[in-house]
Amino acid sequence: MTNLLYSLTGLILFIFGFFALIVCAHPLRKILGCNIMASGIFLFLVATSYRADAAAIDPVPQAMVLTGIVVSVSFTAVALILAIHVRKSVPKNPQLGERSRKDEAAS
Amino acid sequence: MKTDSRMQVQKTKMAPLIWVVLLLSTCLTGLLIWTVLKIPRPLPSLAPEVANRLAASGVDNSVTAVLLNFRGYDTMLEVMVFLLGAITIWSIGHAPFPPKIQDTSPIQTAAVRLLAPFVCIIGGYLVWQGSSHTGGAFQGGAVLSAGLVLLLISDFLGVQRVKSLPLRLGFTLGPLVFVGMALWGIIAGGSFLSFAPHQAGALLLLLEAACAVSIGLTLAAFFAGGRPLDDLREEPYSPGQDEGEG
Repeated sequence: MTNLLYSLTGLILFIFGFFALIVCAHPLRKILGCNIMASGIFLFLVATSYRADAAAIDPVPQAMVLTGIVVSVSFTAVALILAIHVRKSVPKNPQLGERSRKDEAAS
Repeated sequence: MKTDSRMQVQKTKMAPLIWVVLLLSTCLTGLLIWTVLKIPRPLPSLAPEVANRLAASGVDNSVTAVLLNFRGYDTMLEVMVFLLGAITIWSIGHAPFPPKIQDTSPIQTAAVRLLAPFVCIIGGYLVWQGSSHTGGAFQGGAVLSAGLVLLLISDFLGVQRVKSLPLRLGFTLGPLVFVGMALWGIIAGGSFLSFAPHQAGALLLLLEAACAVSIGLTLAAFFAGGRPLDDLREEPYSPGQDEGEG
C-alpha cells in the first residue's frame, strides 16, 4: 500500500510538471516543469517496481531510471543554454520575450 | 482613528484558457490513477532471469550488469546523448568566463585545492565499486564532474583556459571505447556488444573507466556553457560576438 502512495505521488508530480510546462510563459519555469515531470516518472517507475517479498531489487527499472536521469540532465543543460541565448537576443527582437516578461513581473 | 493603510492586494484573474487546461489535467490525472490501480499485481519482473545469468555477466551487482552488459545498447546511446548535448552547447556560444579574476577568497582556493585529490579518489573508487555494490561509470563520473565544477568556479585559470583539443578527445573517449567494444564483440565471435563471460569483468571495468572520464568532462562542460576561447579553426575571439543575433 505504501508504494501505491509513492506511485501516485510520482504521477501527481508528472501532472504538476505538465501543467507548468503548458501554462507558464517564462522559459525557466518550463524547463523546471520538464524536470519535475522527469522526477515524477522516475519516482513512479521505482515505486511501482518495488516488491516487499522479493529478496533482491528489480534491476531493470533501476537501470531505466539511471538512464533517464542522465538524459534529463542533458536536456536540462541544453535547454538552459538555449534560454540564455534567447534572452540575450531579445533587444534585437522585442516580441520574443513579451509574455515571459509579464510573467516575471507578476511573480 | 487609524487610517486604513493596508495595501490593496491586486487579485490576478486567471485566464479562462488556464481553467480549461486545469480541467483537462484533472481528467488526465484521474485517467492515469485509474490505469495505475489497474496494473496487475504481482508485476511481471525480470529479476529472476538477471539473477540466473549474473555469474556470466562479469560483475556482481545486478543493476550494473543490466546497465552495462544486458542492456548495454541503451547505455551506449545514452553516452552518445551526452556527446550530442556537448556538441549542441559548444555550437551555440563561448563559455562565459570573466576575462580577469575577480576577488578570489583564499579560503575557497585552499579548500578546493585540498578537496580536488579526494574528489578524484572518491570518483575512481565509485567506478571500481560498481562491480560489486552500487556504483559504476555514471556515479563516478558525476562525482568527478562535481570536482571539476568546483575548480571552474574557484578561478583556477588553468582549468578555465584548458585547450579545446584535449576536451574534444575527452568527450569522445567514452563513446569511442563503447563502440570499439561493441565491434570487438563482433570480431571475437558473437554478436554486437557481446562480452565473453571470462573476459567480461575486465572489459566492463575498462569501459566504465573510459565512460567515467568522458561523463565527468561532459557534465563540467554543460556547466561551463560554451566552447573554449581558442577553439580549433576559428577566428580570434572578439568580445561581444556572442551578444545575440541580428
